[in-house]
Amino acid sequence: MDNFTVGVVVFPGSNCDRDVSWALEGCLDIRTKYLWHESSDLSDVDAIVLPGGFSYGDYLRCGAIARFSPLINALDEFVKSGKRVLGICNGFQILTESGFLPGALVANKNLNFICDDVELDIISSKGGWFNNGDEKQTIKLPIAHGEGRYHCDSDTLKKLVDNELIALRYKNNPNGSSFDIAGITNEKGNVLGLMPHPERACDETIGGTDGLFTLKSLILK
Amino acid sequence: MDQFAVKVFVRLRPSVLDPAGEATKSASIKLGAEGIKSLRIGKMIEVKIEGNGENEVREKIDLLCDRLFANTVIEDYEYSLEKL
Repeated sequence: MDNFTVGVVVFPGSNCDRDVSWALEGCLDIRTKYLWHESSDLSDVDAIVLPGGFSYGDYLRCGAIARFSPLINALDEFVKSGKRVLGICNGFQILTESGFLPGALVANKNLNFICDDVELDIISSKGGWFNNGDEKQTIKLPIAHGEGRYHCDSDTLKKLVDNELIALRYKNNPNGSSFDIAGITNEKGNVLGLMPHPERACDETIGGTDGLFTLKSLILK
Repeated sequence: MDQFAVKVFVRLRPSVLDPAGEATKSASIKLGAEGIKSLRIGKMIEVKIEGNGENEVREKIDLLCDRLFANTVIEDYEYSLEKL
């Protein structure tokens, strides 16, 4: 895995790109490369992170404009090839807007921007993103979002449940998400989107290390 | 080429909670307005567009609404079109 490289996508308005890169390089010794959103050449990265932030100022809807960037257009092939894609917060919003994951993320029920640590139940380890080995079924990660309320229709929700696509659920739903959903995967399991920020929980000095395993899972085949 | 003025209305689907609408409804009641049964907030997008006739322009606007202006998972849209 010496040359394994994770591409960290940078949109105008991304603001967690450096945090993700710091967590991967500094805490996990995984090489990263920033990918400008106008690039469509993904040939030299082995996995991709869509980081948090406010891509294109969140104009129109969160993630709606980012969806049309050359990089997101190129992502289809990348995902089909089975390579792993992790969308965190705004990255999750982009993955739903672009149809890689079902549902949508809308304004929090209480309209507040919520910045807090939340307890999360691991529901499915599809794709190995939360298969942390120590059988810890509840983890604590930070959230920071104004539009993180997961919404989908009842047919989609049934499909998510039946196919074990729900990765994480809030223990105490902070934002009104349907079925307490905090993160989901695609059917293959190689795409994960979640509102909590694993990159902000990678060192005890900043409050915990429950995010390490998810980031480390990027190198899984 | 004909030019058209298009007004697109994008609304949250009835099944989607609109907390901003609820907050505005609450403020409306505090202002003293009585009888408000429901208040929901949407978006209006104005587009000036040219094309060969109304049908061609409608095709373009349908594409824009379906792929960009609205997220049909959570929103419905409709539009009106006026030849300039």
